[in-house]
Amino acid sequence: MKFFHLIWCNLKRRKLRTLLTLASVFVAFLLYGLLCTVKEAFTAGVSMAGADRLVVRHKVSLIMTLPVAYKARMEQIPGVAAASHFTWFNGIYKNEPKNFFGSFPVEPEHFLAMFPEYSLPEAQKQAWLKTRIGAVIGRSLSERKEFKWKIGDRVQLRSPIWPRKGDQPWEFEIVGILDAGKKNVDTSGFYFRYDYFDEGRAYGEGLVGWYAVRVKDPDHAPEVAKAIDAEFANSPSETKAETEGAFMQGFAQQIGDIGTILVAILSAVFFTILLVAGNTMAQSVRERTEEFGVLKAIGFTNERALAMVLAESCLLASLGGLAGLGLAWLIAAGGSPVPSMLPVFYFPTKALVIGVALVFALGIVAGILPALTAMRLRIADALRRQAA
Amino acid sequence: MNEQPQKNGVLVDVDGVEKVFHRGSEDIHVLSDLHLKVPQGEFLALMGPSGSGKSTLLNLIGGLDRPTRGSVSIAGEHVNELSDRQLAAWRARHIGFVFQLYNLLPVLTAERNVELPLLLTHLSKAERKQHVATALGVVGLSHRTKHHPRQLSGGEQQRVGIARAIVTDPTLLLCDEPTGDLDRKAGDEILDLLQALNRQHGKTIIMVTHDPHASARAGRTVYLNKGQLSDEPVK
Repeated sequence: MKFFHLIWCNLKRRKLRTLLTLASVFVAFLLYGLLCTVKEAFTAGVSMAGADRLVVRHKVSLIMTLPVAYKARMEQIPGVAAASHFTWFNGIYKNEPKNFFGSFPVEPEHFLAMFPEYSLPEAQKQAWLKTRIGAVIGRSLSERKEFKWKIGDRVQLRSPIWPRKGDQPWEFEIVGILDAGKKNVDTSGFYFRYDYFDEGRAYGEGLVGWYAVRVKDPDHAPEVAKAIDAEFANSPSETKAETEGAFMQGFAQQIGDIGTILVAILSAVFFTILLVAGNTMAQSVRERTEEFGVLKAIGFTNERALAMVLAESCLLASLGGLAGLGLAWLIAAGGSPVPSMLPVFYFPTKALVIGVALVFALGIVAGILPALTAMRLRIADALRRQAA
Repeated sequence: MNEQPQKNGVLVDVDGVEKVFHRGSEDIHVLSDLHLKVPQGEFLALMGPSGSGKSTLLNLIGGLDRPTRGSVSIAGEHVNELSDRQLAAWRARHIGFVFQLYNLLPVLTAERNVELPLLLTHLSKAERKQHVATALGVVGLSHRTKHHPRQLSGGEQQRVGIARAIVTDPTLLLCDEPTGDLDRKAGDEILDLLQALNRQHGKTIIMVTHDPHASARAGRTVYLNKGQLSDEPVK
């Protein structure tokens, strides 16, 4: 620590150059943090997917429906523990397209049993079972600033897919708030009772969107998926069963391979920033050739000269990098800027740890060549250069 | 480390030193079979024309460079036999350097510049502060401790350089043209200071200089010409 003052003062020697380099590193790591957050937002479903759950949808497309009667048949298939169905409702509040969120008619008990990652207080669960128009909503949806919904509120939604008989709005009473144990679990959904939906819709009675199926043994999930597809082969509504993870991955990849895009962008950014930081350190050491000669003359070892330059480089990288990561974390903690599109929005801890490691890696890689130059510098040569 | 020699014993023993620089295919013989003994407590001036090898000899004595042949022994320690790491530690403990252009770090204040050699010791922060205050007091700059080099005159900067050189209480002070960049008045003040360090504090000093006025302050002057030493000026 007693050398910190010397290292810090050297960093302040060319303030403008240091500030510009710091700004470059700052922007690079801010970008890294935000891209990791966006990637997580797109792929959160993959990481939260249950290993013991399958998604069964229409073989042709997710938008085509399946008979509700499939549930009972699926539960008869060996290896299947339970099945629960979902339908994409596409509810819109106050007819404003921006007031959009995921909304689904479900069977309350089966839904809650299928997704134990959600918790709902027992009293609220009982209220949902008793209230035909009852709906439970996720915590993040309840906190959206344009809604601020709470238990007891009555909400009217319209659905462009599933109009209500008589073209009336669908009316709901909020009876519960769903919480999640982990932050990568989406709590932006709006869930209401299927029986109310099925009786009220203008057409399509007895049809559902897709099924979630729990298997008894996750190791046998592929075999169970094949058995389900075989069960409904050659029927008017053939199925495609796959693990929840594979389903989510396919869903995320509809807009492109986020991971590859992220790596490509960040590789270019980090390569550029490496050149910027490396150039700063190289210039800094070149300007101080005589000073390194003097420091060595008064007893600084070659290794200490190397360590000082590396410490200076790491300090430069960490000041800019950690500030960038910090701001990215703060932005992510502030919530999703588009909650309807990206409901899960946070800076993953793993990405943060990798970011910190990248900060120090940048410091070391940018500083290593100048540090070796300082280390190998011969005192007599350095002092002679000054005399010349 | 060997024991210190008795007062008036030989502190610096340069024995048959030769220094050859290689420039491409050309060998440049700077020092040839050079012998020099400097007793402890002496103030020695080393004079000679440009390119005569004065600074090279000073570098060899200070362990900044190694002789091609021969040996350099300081207080009984054969300097040229030490490894780079040992040599750095040895310089930190035994040698104080004073440079012509002061060579202060411009980003540090006077007291931080003087503290630099102490960072390599195990002294606590308070102890380092005490040593720095003493050294700056010896050179008469107790009132300029917080100033940066650019805020000091040339003479004051050289005083800070001397304070940095003596702060570890080294065995030997090596001064390379310490007044070469100063006017006569400031130069005289520096020479007064070096004389006081030699007479009152018993410091052994070897000073390279071009200036007969400066060499007159030393107890003895030797002359270097074409790689050889003599007690007579170069004709």
